[in-house]
Amino acid sequence: MTSSVLSEHEEVNHDEHHHDAERTVLVSFGFWLYIISDCLLFATLFATYAVMSQSFAGAVTPKELFDLKFVAIETGLLLFSSFTFGMAMLGAHAQNMVRMKSWLLITALLGLGFLGMEIYEFMHFSHEGATPQTSGYWSSFYALVATHGLHVTAGIIWMSLLFVHFNRDGFSLDNMRRLSCLSLFWHFLDIIWICVFSFVYLRGAL
Amino acid sequence: MSNKHEQTHAGEAHGSTAEYVRGLIISILLTIVPFYMVMSGAWSDVATVIVISLAATAQVLVQMIFFLHMDGSSEQGWITMSAVYAVSIIVFVIAGSLWIFEHLNHNLLMGH
Repeated sequence: MTSSVLSEHEEVNHDEHHHDAERTVLVSFGFWLYIISDCLLFATLFATYAVMSQSFAGAVTPKELFDLKFVAIETGLLLFSSFTFGMAMLGAHAQNMVRMKSWLLITALLGLGFLGMEIYEFMHFSHEGATPQTSGYWSSFYALVATHGLHVTAGIIWMSLLFVHFNRDGFSLDNMRRLSCLSLFWHFLDIIWICVFSFVYLRGAL
Repeated sequence: MSNKHEQTHAGEAHGSTAEYVRGLIISILLTIVPFYMVMSGAWSDVATVIVISLAATAQVLVQMIFFLHMDGSSEQGWITMSAVYAVSIIVFVIAGSLWIFEHLNHNLLMGH
């Protein structure tokens, strides 16, 4: 397609579209850089956990407290929520509001379920004598796992805000950008959780 | 609606239902295997730790490919570059910390 074929109006329109597409690429790359820096934050927390992994100070050990069946359910909730977010994204790309919103709602509920289980687990551990003050191990455990939990909380708040945005503006370009950034964030949280259940829970239960 | 056309084409690849289902099934398998190994306790600790690490690495890659649609193509050059950068920093931070503190504990005769 040569530009001489296009009328002036079409050319302006084309430029705008080009600008929008460029902005979408920029926004998603900018958000990707945030994800990378968040990765580095989790890397330092994992490093601290690894260094502290044997520092029990004579107190209760993870092997005595971890309940792997419980962790397996938490893992299932988060993994499935990553999948349902993917379905919401497909609904959004098909411009199907009902489909997008239903899948997003399911994702938020799965996230809330995960969060509820995590809070229950923390209360149970504290009750059994494993608080962040107990030992180096438990300090690093709570720092790592609770940071992930706070991210999940932020993700759920973000999801509820997106419901407001989509109710107001529908499938606008801005809303699509917001949704794909949140999608990246949510999948990233599931990827961090893979490392948490593998290197904290499974390794700690051995 | 020219906008509609623009939106469906704006941004990155967004996969298909089949791709997400495939990613989900592989992820479930890669979760069940290490959980089963630890819960049954039938294998040695060394073998179990190796399988846990391999399954975790594989699952991270599977989710990056099937859920985040990363494929290392030239349009994703900066994303791939920054991911490689992040992975190398992560390896330095974690391996370096463990190395330093192991020597520290050894020198202070805290290790056994």
